[in-house]
Amino acid sequence: MSHEALDRGSPAFADAATPSALATGTREVPFRGGGFRHRPLGWVTPLVFVVLILLWELGSRSGIISNIALPAPSEAFAAFMDLVRTGMLWKHLSASLTRLVVGWTLGTLLGVAVGLAIGLFSLARAGLLPLVSALFPIPKIALLPLFIIWFGIGEGSKVATILFGTFFPTVIATYAGVDNVDRNLIRMGQSFGISWMSIVRKIIVPGALPAILSGFRISASIAIVLLVAAEMIGAEFGIGAYILMAGALFALDQLVAGVAILSIIGLTIGWLIGRAERTFLGWRT
Amino acid sequence: MDLLLDRISHRYGQTEVLRDISFDIRAGEIVCIIGPSGCGKSTLLRFIGGLERPDAGRVLVSGEPPSGSLNPLTYIFQDFALLPWRTVEGNISLVLEDHGIKRAEAESIIADVLARTKLSDFRKALPRQLSGGMKQRVAIARALAVRPAVMLMDEPLSALDSQTRELLMDDLVELWTRERFSACYVTHNLAEAVRLGHRIIVLSRRPGRIREVVEIDMPLADRPDHMAELEKRQREIWMMMREEARAADMEIADVA
Repeated sequence: MSHEALDRGSPAFADAATPSALATGTREVPFRGGGFRHRPLGWVTPLVFVVLILLWELGSRSGIISNIALPAPSEAFAAFMDLVRTGMLWKHLSASLTRLVVGWTLGTLLGVAVGLAIGLFSLARAGLLPLVSALFPIPKIALLPLFIIWFGIGEGSKVATILFGTFFPTVIATYAGVDNVDRNLIRMGQSFGISWMSIVRKIIVPGALPAILSGFRISASIAIVLLVAAEMIGAEFGIGAYILMAGALFALDQLVAGVAILSIIGLTIGWLIGRAERTFLGWRT
Repeated sequence: MDLLLDRISHRYGQTEVLRDISFDIRAGEIVCIIGPSGCGKSTLLRFIGGLERPDAGRVLVSGEPPSGSLNPLTYIFQDFALLPWRTVEGNISLVLEDHGIKRAEAESIIADVLARTKLSDFRKALPRQLSGGMKQRVAIARALAVRPAVMLMDEPLSALDSQTRELLMDDLVELWTRERFSACYVTHNLAEAVRLGHRIIVLSRRPGRIREVVEIDMPLADRPDHMAELEKRQREIWMMMREEARAADMEIADVA
């Protein structure tokens, strides 16, 4: 049969197709393909938050949730506004953010450098990888007393805790990223006579970037956890110190406000990394 | 510039992959290497371009590459090997940057090779936006940009569907007619070999040895009009390889 004969409008096509479709005793094939695909439901997230906080507020006001067990969201918000009014918010926040930024940046820079070295040089891999594997699982909080002796009770020990906490996951993310760069791309670079340095700069680093950026997500969360832990020892200002003090005085409204601030910091960092991913990894599908 | 392969043998661990391979690639000639899977044809191509070293034997170059050749031995890969984070022009400028070719000079080379591969409209596109055939065209443009003396093509059309393959074969013939490049073309596809090869080197199954060298005298541009004759040549080669291919298929793979 020629293609012309199969044209939609032609009688040959209609004759061939219609009778069987309308014959008696036919039924549609049941659809079985659904159920495992996610739909975007953007409005659900804020709704969940609002409903949860509303229920919590109602529970507190009606007395179902005891004020001793959990303060109402409005009380926590009042504590937060108190912080804003007295100007203490900025004092705590700037102290915390400075530690976070300095510790995370140094840890990340060192981590990427060591991760690249492990990814690129056999000697570094043989020498450093076992060390990283041995030190990574140690909770850095456990080393805090040591850090205090080494780096002092001031900013040094706090920054060092965050630095070490972010260093190891970054090393692992980076070298795994380097290992996962398509070998064919490297071979292509070599086959065009591209220099070692250019292959690293133009092929390996961009190829490892997705893994490095997802490592940032993990290291940023670890940094926040360690920040609070470090600030609970010998810090005058900082969100962690604020939470510790609130806890010691059983000022639960302040405690909840402090925890909410941490959560907001975490969300903001996640959002920033998301932005970075969209900027630098736009070439991915 | 001619290439000479001198008694090349190689083994991966316990497995002997190539045994005593000698042939030459003369200027302006397309040599196809064909053989059953696992016969070491891609390995051979890596030796020719200096990406790997054979256990025994040498690959020799005689004569000078044409003046202005930035990378005399240039590969075209089966999987295209384009950087996904660079645009079409970025992928081409990648291979020029290291030779100190920048801005205006690079610009004119890029414009030229894109025009020759009919890609001028796709300069700013990212690889993921292109079809397989377009990606391979970009890889060919990139290879042309370094003015190669010999193109080393590792199954360049194997990742493409058969219609795209036809189109690209025509493009390659057209390109060759204009530029007379030399090439070593590795493939497992007999139709490609008889369409593009001036000489076809048939390898045996592992360990790969040269079984037969088939010369096809017909000019490349005339071949589409003499399909019947080509078909016959293809059939002859297939009869030659058939048993080997069957035996290779039954082997348990122990090399990666």
